[in-house]
Amino acid sequence: MHPAFSVIFLTTLIGVGQGLFLAIFTGQSYSAVELLPAEDSAAFYGTGAMIALVFLAAGLIASVFHLGRPERAWRAASQWRTSWLSREVIALPAVMGLVFLYGLMHYFGWDTVLFTSKTGARLQLTLVVGTLGAIATFALFLCTGMIYAAIKFLQEWSNPLTVINYLLLGTMSGFTLVTAFASYSAPDLVRFFGVWTTIITVTAFLTRSASLIRNARIKYKSSIQTAIGIRHNQIQQKSMGFMGGSVNTRDFFHHQTRLFMKSIKWIFLVLVFPLPLICLWAGINQANISLLLAAFGVQYIGLLAERWLFFAQANHPQNLYYQTV
Amino acid sequence: MTQLALVIDLNVCVGCHACVTSCKEWNTSGAAGPLADDNPYGAAPTGTFFNRVQTYEVGVFPNTETVHFPKSCLHCEDPPCVPVCPTGASYKRESDGIVLVDYDKCIGCRYCSWACPYGVREIDEHQKVMKKCTLCVDRIYDESLPESERKPACVLACPTSARLYGDVHDPQSEVSIAIREEGGYALMPEWGTKPSNHYLPRRKTRLHIHEDELVRADNPLKKEQREHAGPIDAPTLDDITSW
Repeated sequence: MHPAFSVIFLTTLIGVGQGLFLAIFTGQSYSAVELLPAEDSAAFYGTGAMIALVFLAAGLIASVFHLGRPERAWRAASQWRTSWLSREVIALPAVMGLVFLYGLMHYFGWDTVLFTSKTGARLQLTLVVGTLGAIATFALFLCTGMIYAAIKFLQEWSNPLTVINYLLLGTMSGFTLVTAFASYSAPDLVRFFGVWTTIITVTAFLTRSASLIRNARIKYKSSIQTAIGIRHNQIQQKSMGFMGGSVNTRDFFHHQTRLFMKSIKWIFLVLVFPLPLICLWAGINQANISLLLAAFGVQYIGLLAERWLFFAQANHPQNLYYQTV
Repeated sequence: MTQLALVIDLNVCVGCHACVTSCKEWNTSGAAGPLADDNPYGAAPTGTFFNRVQTYEVGVFPNTETVHFPKSCLHCEDPPCVPVCPTGASYKRESDGIVLVDYDKCIGCRYCSWACPYGVREIDEHQKVMKKCTLCVDRIYDESLPESERKPACVLACPTSARLYGDVHDPQSEVSIAIREEGGYALMPEWGTKPSNHYLPRRKTRLHIHEDELVRADNPLKKEQREHAGPIDAPTLDDITSW
C-alpha cells in the first residue's frame, strides 16, 4: 500500500492522545485507592487531559486531509453496524468529549466524592467520567486496529497483532509523554510512570517484532494464477492496459526500494524502543526534563517510521494485476 | 432474485480495447459528470476507467499464448467493498445485484478500494469520489432505447462478442448456460467474494486423426479381390485426372 501521511499522522497522534489520557487516568486510579499521592487536580489531571485532547484534535484534523469530500464527513457515522471506519468516526469524538469533560471537571474542581470505603478508598465523580473515557479509549484502539485487521485479503494486517500493536504502541507513546509531563507538574510520579512506560515499551517491542516476523513469512493465498484464473506456472503480465499510471499504481504501491524498506524497519526499531528507554532512564536519574521530552520526540518520530512501514509492507492482491506497464 | 453480470470469453477476446473506449465514452457523458481524464495525449495520461484490458503471456517461448484479459467490477454476490463503507454510499442493489456508489454520499476515503481485492474501484481525482462500473445502469433500463440496445456499452461495442450480459441467477439465461457448459470460472475464489462476473477459459479445438483412419478399411474393391496394386501413397486415377 502507499502510505498516506494523513493516515500516518492520524493514527500516531490519536495514539499519543489516547495513551496520555490512559496514563493520567491510571495515576488518578492509583491515588483513589491510596497507592499514590493525589496530585493537583488542575495542574496535573486537568492540564494532562487537555494535552491529550490537543493530540486527539490534531489527529482528527490530519484525518480530514485523507478525505476527498470532507464536507460530507458527518455521513461517515451512519454505517456503524458494518463498518469499523464508521465506528471509529463515532468513537473518536466520544473519546474527545469524555477527555474534555474529564479535564474540565478537574480543572474547575467540579468533583465530588460519591462513595468512601472503610479502607479510605474514594470513588470520585471524575473517576466515573475517567472510567467511561478509558472504555471509549480502548474501544477507539479496537476500531482503529480493526479498520486494518478486518480486510482479510491484506494478509499482513488481517491478524489480532494489528489491534494489539495499535493499542500498545499508542499507549506506550502516551506513557512516554506523561513521564516528561509528570517531571514538570508531578515530580513524585515520574518513577511510577517511568516503570510503566518501560513495561509497555518492552511489551510493544515483543508484539511488534512478532508481527514483523509473521509478515516476513507470509504465504500469500492469491497468485497471478488465481487472479486471472489460468492454471499455468509461467504467466507474465505484458500490459496492464494503460501506460501512464492510475490510482491502482499510485495508491497501492509504495514505489520504494527493498533497501529503503529494510532501513526504515531498523530505524523504527531503534527509534521507538531502545533509544527512548535510554533517554527515559537517563532523564529520570538526572531529573532532566529535556531528556524526558527527547525520549518522547524520538519515539514519536520512530512511530511515524513504524506506521509508514505498516502501510508499505501490506501487499494488496490487486497489485497482481499491475505488475508491468 | 436477479443478478445481472457479464461473462467474458477469454477464448474470443482479441484485446482491441473497444470495450474500454466505449465504456469511457458512455460513462463520461452521463448525468454523474465526466470521468477524470488528464493528459490524454501527453506523456503520462491518467484518468478514471471502469474497464481495462490487460495482456498476459502464458508459457515460455516458443510455447506461449497471449491472453487478453478485460477487467471491470465483478459485482460480487458478497461484495467486501460494501460493508466497509462508512457512509453507506457503496451499496448492492436488491433488485438486480448491481454494486453501485452514490456519488452524492461518497466522502472519498478510499477504504472501499482497499477492501476490493480486484482493484476495480478507481477514485475520480477531480470529483474526489469513488467510481466504478455501474453495468451501465443508466442504459440497461432506458426504455427510450430499442430493446436490443439496452445492454452495457462494453457488450454492444465488442466486435467479437466476447462479452455476454444477462442474469446469472436465471439457469436458462445465455450467461448461465455459457458458465455451465463452457467452464465459466470466478476470479480469486479464495476470498469468498462470489463474483457474479465470470470468465470463460481458452478452449482448444483439436482434430485427432489416427493412422488407420487415413486408409479406407472398408474399401469395396477389397470384397471383389480387386485391391489397388501399387503402394498406398501412389497416385490414383483421381490424382492424375481432373475435370
